[in-house]
Amino acid sequence: MKNGFSVFLASFLALSLSWCGFVLGPAKQLGTQKQAAVLNSSDVYPIQRSGAAALGLQVYRANGCAACHTEQVRQDGVACEVVLASAGKKPTAVSNLLSTLKLAGLTKEEADAASDKISGAGGTVETHVVPVGVEIPRWGLRQSVAADYLYDTPVQLGSLRAGPDLANVAARFPDLNWQLVHLYAPQAVVKNSAMPPFRFLFEVRNIKPADTPSPDALKFPQGFAPPAGSEVVPTTEAKELAAYLLSLKVDAPLYEAPFTPVMTKP
Amino acid sequence: MSENEKSDNLGGASVLASRIDASCRVPLLALFGGAALWLVVGLAMSLVAIMTFHKPDMFADCPFLTYGRAQAAANDLLLYGFCIPAGLGVMLWIFARLSQAELCLPLASIAAANLWHLGVLVGTVAILIGDSTGYAWLEFPRGASVLLFAAFLLVAISAMATFGARKERELYPSHWFLLAALFWFPWIYSTANLFLIVHHPVRGVAQAAIDWWFSNNLVFVWLALVGIGTVFYFLPKLANRPLHSRFLALFAFWTLILFGTWCGIPQGAPVPAWMPSASAAAASLLIVPLIAIAVIACKTVCGSTVACKGGPMCHIKFGTTAFILSGLMLIAASCPQFSRVVEFTWFGPAQAQLQILGFFTIVMCGAIYELLPRVMNFELPFPKFVRLQHWLFMLGVVLWVGSLAVGGVEQGMKLQNPEAAFADSTNVALIFLRAGTTGLLLILLGSLLFAANIFAMTFKWKMSLLKTMITFIKSPLATEEVKS
Repeated sequence: MKNGFSVFLASFLALSLSWCGFVLGPAKQLGTQKQAAVLNSSDVYPIQRSGAAALGLQVYRANGCAACHTEQVRQDGVACEVVLASAGKKPTAVSNLLSTLKLAGLTKEEADAASDKISGAGGTVETHVVPVGVEIPRWGLRQSVAADYLYDTPVQLGSLRAGPDLANVAARFPDLNWQLVHLYAPQAVVKNSAMPPFRFLFEVRNIKPADTPSPDALKFPQGFAPPAGSEVVPTTEAKELAAYLLSLKVDAPLYEAPFTPVMTKP
Repeated sequence: MSENEKSDNLGGASVLASRIDASCRVPLLALFGGAALWLVVGLAMSLVAIMTFHKPDMFADCPFLTYGRAQAAANDLLLYGFCIPAGLGVMLWIFARLSQAELCLPLASIAAANLWHLGVLVGTVAILIGDSTGYAWLEFPRGASVLLFAAFLLVAISAMATFGARKERELYPSHWFLLAALFWFPWIYSTANLFLIVHHPVRGVAQAAIDWWFSNNLVFVWLALVGIGTVFYFLPKLANRPLHSRFLALFAFWTLILFGTWCGIPQGAPVPAWMPSASAAAASLLIVPLIAIAVIACKTVCGSTVACKGGPMCHIKFGTTAFILSGLMLIAASCPQFSRVVEFTWFGPAQAQLQILGFFTIVMCGAIYELLPRVMNFELPFPKFVRLQHWLFMLGVVLWVGSLAVGGVEQGMKLQNPEAAFADSTNVALIFLRAGTTGLLLILLGSLLFAANIFAMTFKWKMSLLKTMITFIKSPLATEEVKS
């Protein structure tokens, strides 16, 4: 290259290509995304977070929680699972047949063949779509997709799992008091946790015998309670952060991330 | 270059060279002085952050030093506080030397240096009080980014004017890399700020995509452009041999900007599959410029009779090796099978730390040790610190990055094992993190030695200015005037 202009041209060409690819492309494709339909349902997804949870996202951002926690789950693929709905009139024959068949980790064709055999023997079956991967039972029901972050600004995907993934933390720990105690003293509820306590989000108050304790005061497990005569009360920020954590729940099957929701008894 | 080299050694040209050096003095001191300070503060902040993994409740009552804030502040201090101003300073000097002309518009550069350091200060305080934007490598809020952007443009104007004043029209390979870097930063920084912070942010996960594009283009491509441009200038000078193959350098430049700029989208990202796939393809092609750069560096150094003795040449050699390694780590992390294991582990931070501390910081330190005595026209106050700092940095980087990378792989294997509990992955990473802290301490010590040299030089220069002033005031000429 002989002069400055050719260097400029080369840089312009290289950078504008990647700019079109990774800035303009996603801004057009993902930046105009709208709510998606939930599979086999008339619901739309996602729903905007509640006011407290949306404020909690800002507490999450301000304290850099994403430095240690991701909010994204990966999966390797999906498989079919054949589940017996009812054994019909000949339960022994069906149960004998079931013991000879492979019922989980099937392709669509294998699942159809298996359900045909069982229906032939008189049973009724359902075919479930099940996401597969190490992270599925541990972190969530399905992989994360772009639609999950539609309403978040800033999107806090995170890139390091020094702590657990939080994409679905509300499903694992739905209790508000648990979340607050965990923020105040992680080691009180998770043994040997490496998470730093966020005591600056709480207030320790002295209560005089005449006062009634605050309804917000944390309820600690045995051995971790504050000394008698004092209570730990969350600040507004702590309450918002907990509300945000309790809003992190990915449980809607979508076209790009299908699965069959399984109803569990409460 | 060889002609420049020869003319440098000629008697008549050395007067010009010293005039050029003198013209850079104040802007360079302003850029390097702040950079050295931020390097020490940034590494100290890294240490504060890592202490959380030794004693989790250390900063439980102090919101300003909580891990998430301290970590972000440390990263940005190293990148924006040290790397960019140091790179700009070295670039100004190289431009002036290659142009055989005095630095143009030095006042613009001096103003820019002060604006830049003010921007870094504002941004860091903002992060610590919880005002970060929440985007990785772009945590500085709007007020700070405006300052940084304006400062960069000012330096760019001064650099371009100096470039335009060159005597020899033919460009040297360093020119390509450094000019491209001047063009790169305003584009990527304005894009990221306009799309993510100033304007209505784009919706959803497109934010993350733009942030990945920006951080890859800054941390990998920009640092590579400036770092390799500097290496291609200093390596031939120090080894006293011409740069191997101009053609290969051109090839490395083209492939680096063409492929490097497409990397950076993580493989497991919740985005349409074409994006991670394009990134993986680009990353695998990145092997081409890496090999080219390695060949150029090897062929330039091999056969040189100059011993490096822990001086600037050792810095540059180690830095170039670290760059090749960091590029290889980037390629590995983009390979779909390997990324399943190392994504979301300490392997990613290890690559960034190698790029910033192992490659860029060391190359810059070497270049500054080489050019500052010329610019100031006196020797380094503590010449023995150069060698000591080199060893501290080398050992520190190997320990720190090595333990993060190995810890990351171990952590990833535990995370991929369905039988292992999550706590196992944290525990195994903790052992490596704690061991790596020693490395970080060594790097911090090394940076103190570097800063000592820079600060002592600035002090000495200010004292000599003061002396000149005093002699001027006391000069007999003034009294004669009064008499007459």
